[in-house]
Amino acid sequence: MTSVLPLNAQLINLLAAILLLLAFAMLTQRRVISLVNLFAAQGLALAISTAIVAFGTRQPHLYASAGLTLLLKVALLPWLLHRLIRKLDVKWDVEGLINVPTTMLIGIVLVVFSFNLAYPISQLASTVTRATLGIAMASVMLSFLMMITRRKALPQVIGFLAMENGLFFAATSATYGMPMVVELGIALDVLVGMLILGVFFFQIREQFDSLDLKHLEKLKEGE
Amino acid sequence: MTLAGITSQLLQLAIALALAPLLVGWVNQCRAWLQNKSAPSLLLPYRTIRKLFTKDAVVAEGASPIFRVTPYIVFAAMCCAAAIVPSLATDLPFARAADAIALVGLFALARVFMALAAMDIGTAFGSLGARREMFVGFLAEPALLMVLFTASLISGSTSLPSIVDTLAHREIAIYPSLALAGVAFTMVSLAENARIPVDNPSTHLELTMIHEAMVLEYSARHLALIEWAAALKLLNYSCIGIALFFPFGIAAAGGDWLELLGAAPALIAKLAVGGFLLAIIETVSAKMRIFRAPEFLGTAFLLAVLAMLVNQMLGS
Repeated sequence: MTSVLPLNAQLINLLAAILLLLAFAMLTQRRVISLVNLFAAQGLALAISTAIVAFGTRQPHLYASAGLTLLLKVALLPWLLHRLIRKLDVKWDVEGLINVPTTMLIGIVLVVFSFNLAYPISQLASTVTRATLGIAMASVMLSFLMMITRRKALPQVIGFLAMENGLFFAATSATYGMPMVVELGIALDVLVGMLILGVFFFQIREQFDSLDLKHLEKLKEGE
Repeated sequence: MTLAGITSQLLQLAIALALAPLLVGWVNQCRAWLQNKSAPSLLLPYRTIRKLFTKDAVVAEGASPIFRVTPYIVFAAMCCAAAIVPSLATDLPFARAADAIALVGLFALARVFMALAAMDIGTAFGSLGARREMFVGFLAEPALLMVLFTASLISGSTSLPSIVDTLAHREIAIYPSLALAGVAFTMVSLAENARIPVDNPSTHLELTMIHEAMVLEYSARHLALIEWAAALKLLNYSCIGIALFFPFGIAAAGGDWLELLGAAPALIAKLAVGGFLLAIIETVSAKMRIFRAPEFLGTAFLLAVLAMLVNQMLGS
């Protein structure tokens, strides 16, 4: 047995595992409402782990980004998404046609791939959180997969937001977070992107009477 | 092989055989309480088994010897498993005969014979139950193996007593991989023991039953042995769960008699809590369609694989 890690590293590892689990849960969740709740839970796990890193390494600027995550990804974005779902009246939307076991198997392959990829990088890093880099990369990949497998507009956007979560976690685990300016910029980007996409949804539905993105693949009307 | 080893081995087997029907009775009682029904007696499974042993056995016309020997094989396999899984002590002479992988093989042996016997008679229900059982089994087995591999990776051995020894005597720490493996194991045990999300143990509604459909043709002492074996299987799975995830209180090798005496009440207390949790799970969840079972067990497999990968990545 190797020596036992300090408590905060253990907690970060646990939260990383939870993050990975939530990424898989989002990958296989069919209901839109539950998807938003899972996204909020992922944001919460991210905020807590960032706060623990901040406490463990005494980096005050990480507290700010933890707070920002909490505000943006646990409160504001889920609220916006819920409002959007209510307005678009897609609350009970269930997505068929995703083969859950196959998706999960592809997900496992992606996890193995990103763990292999991250292993040499994390050997070079000297941070407390270096072991979680692979998990961060895996959750980015899983969100990618989610965006690929989904057909409806809203789950795709949630996948995009979840990918940002993964990137943020990767930054925290590899280098204790990005500079404050970058972080604020990304936060603003995500928020504005979300708002613009919200407007887009209404346009898409106006045009096609549906949020299914396969309608966008046609080039001409009446084909 | 020491005297203490043989004693703990025999004691463990005796306790397992005696407690198994009690555990089933306890789970049924808890479930009845939770569902606001009047609870059946705690000793009802014992009475059922005694009643069945005194009756005359009826064997279907044209039944082959497989049908007759299956109850004994299944019961013997479950007894072997009860002797291997360290539930009271880790100083078990018999446990050297088989490791975690062989244990899964023992469960598979019992399953194969059950399915063969069910198909032997040639009734529609028998083959239906057998097919479903194999369907659930082939999905549950890899997940169970992965859970056991995770524990083996942590302790560096596939022998169950040494896994328990390593897991019980280490510094207290949070192991994300064990937490994932624990959830996966719970899901696998629900499926393997014909519990509610996958099968309903208390139904005889033909369209949904799996285990009950297989044993429809059995009567008297054969049925008694099969019921007892099913109870033993539940106990075995509970004991594996306890050994892997809550191994504290299991007497270590070379321990004194006092430790062995303390292990029995600890085991009973842990089983009581586990049975209650099982009743809660069965009460809050609905039985799913049989075609959702691959998703359920696929999730269990996913969690178990993730547990192994996370264990490798986080190195703890």
